[in-house]
Amino acid sequence: MPDQGLDLAGLWSPIRLTLELATVTTVVLLIIGTPIAWWLARSKAKWKEAVAAVVALPLVLPPTVLGFYLLVAMGPDGPGGWIAGLWGERSLAFTFQGLVIGSVFYSMPFVVQPIRNAFEAFGDRPLEVAATLHASPWDAFWSVAVPLARPGFLTGAVLGFAHTVGEFGVVLMIGGNIPGETKVLSVAVYDYVETLRWAEAHILAGGLLVFAFVVILSMMLLEKRIGRAAR
Amino acid sequence: MTTDTPVLDAAFKGPVGSFNLDVAFKAPLAGVTALFGASGCGKTTILRCIAGLHRLPGRLALGDRTWQDDGENLFRPPHKRRVGYVFQEPSLFAHLTVRRNLEFGARRAPRGNGTVPAVNFDQVVDLLGITHLLDRAPAKLSGGERQRVAVGRALLSEPRLLLMDEPLSALDRSTKDEILAYFEVLHRELNIPILYVSHDISEVTRLADRLVVLSRGGKVAEGSVGEVLERLDLQPMTGRFEAGVMLTATVKGRDEAFNLTYLDHHGQTLTIPAVDAAVGETIRLRVRARDVSLATHPPTGISIRNILKGTVMEVREEADTAFAETLIDIGGGRLRARVTRHAVADLNLAEGMPVHALIKSITFDRRSLG
Repeated sequence: MPDQGLDLAGLWSPIRLTLELATVTTVVLLIIGTPIAWWLARSKAKWKEAVAAVVALPLVLPPTVLGFYLLVAMGPDGPGGWIAGLWGERSLAFTFQGLVIGSVFYSMPFVVQPIRNAFEAFGDRPLEVAATLHASPWDAFWSVAVPLARPGFLTGAVLGFAHTVGEFGVVLMIGGNIPGETKVLSVAVYDYVETLRWAEAHILAGGLLVFAFVVILSMMLLEKRIGRAAR
Repeated sequence: MTTDTPVLDAAFKGPVGSFNLDVAFKAPLAGVTALFGASGCGKTTILRCIAGLHRLPGRLALGDRTWQDDGENLFRPPHKRRVGYVFQEPSLFAHLTVRRNLEFGARRAPRGNGTVPAVNFDQVVDLLGITHLLDRAPAKLSGGERQRVAVGRALLSEPRLLLMDEPLSALDRSTKDEILAYFEVLHRELNIPILYVSHDISEVTRLADRLVVLSRGGKVAEGSVGEVLERLDLQPMTGRFEAGVMLTATVKGRDEAFNLTYLDHHGQTLTIPAVDAAVGETIRLRVRARDVSLATHPPTGISIRNILKGTVMEVREEADTAFAETLIDIGGGRLRARVTRHAVADLNLAEGMPVHALIKSITFDRRSLG
């Protein structure tokens, strides 16, 4: 393929889309992941570890397998198709909404686990103290549990965001490669390489490399600081 | 216990760890009542049941308010019970400053329309000596300071009853003494009844007015501290600790030259190292059974200063040991003396016999009976 010159405008669309996807996914995950983490941390149900295992599945499942099942579920014959029918579409697959749903499943363990750990770390005592100081369970959750688990929320949000940015297999299965709709960064890099546009691939790949490094480094520094403050 | 004093009426029954708790007791909602017993006898569980943090079958009423009644399926959740709880370890909220910790309960205290808080923030902070700590983070405080803040926080939530679960056990000896002094001030200045859990008899005699003795989930004895300590049949419980009795005495005078305080105890004189108490003041003393010796004739040429005339009331020999416990009436108060069985046989110690009690050491417990 002949060289077409550097397409900077074309680079911007996947970056914007990826940031949008990661932001929406992180917000959704904090909203639904927090009660799940709370339940996993506090419940005495025997089968809670089975639920925890389901949440953690994406850690070991090949993204294509997860993507395959999500594709089936979002297709016209799955529940996703029925939901899409509510606004007159045939399927959730190959849409931005579909990508958000896929990302939520894919990144869930990275958000739920740190928050659960944080909830477990402080134990029952602060909540008991809050109760004896007339705080209702709901009040104690917001005024004691959430502030004490703040490091866990921070870690969960950063990891959830970063992991969604790096998602590839699942996106490919359920999102495809529609510019401006489902063509996120990782897919764009793959696409540029496929079409031998090395310069663009370099820019995006290098950018992601720096992003990943900054994320990991700031996480480590954060944990160190929290560790010091706790002592 | 007068009839018009509201009462804490508690009864709980159920499994706790390896044994069954089955205990019922009443405590006046005034002064300090101690739940006393060895570690693991169920004291903490009882406290947690009263706070509603743990649920065992039973019944619980505070004055005219019922908090738990299984017959009516009534169980008031902990945040709706007006109790303050001081845990064994201070448990301050790490994310809040000392001031915000103190305000946590105060803000949420249930308050009738326009009623003035029973305890005042500045007063509590001042009594506990934590004014200079208000803007600090809990992590920057010493163990004793943290526990003082925890006590203040519980008080400011305006409890009808303050529950304290071995609040001194995590502290070292000197910090303990320091905090005990603050507790005495609170006891004197604030009118909040306290239920105090401890396995340390010296703490209990220093602070408590009434005692409920527990062993393996059951109640063994209850009564005023003085009464309970004089009972020789509780030896298996109190013997493991610093068995002894409590005496009250009135300050008679002071000897500046020798730095001594003279006390009157029902006509007999006691001499103790000088304490900061005014003439006429009533103070509380503790005398351990092992610090008391007995003589049939008044001894002479002896360094012991406190020799009291008395009568043997009870002798209880401990089978398979060398020892016997005796109870001596000293004309009002009673002393316990721990002597050998050999001495009992040799001196023919028996009920009704006049003796001289030689007291080697007296512990000054507290200045006034609040």
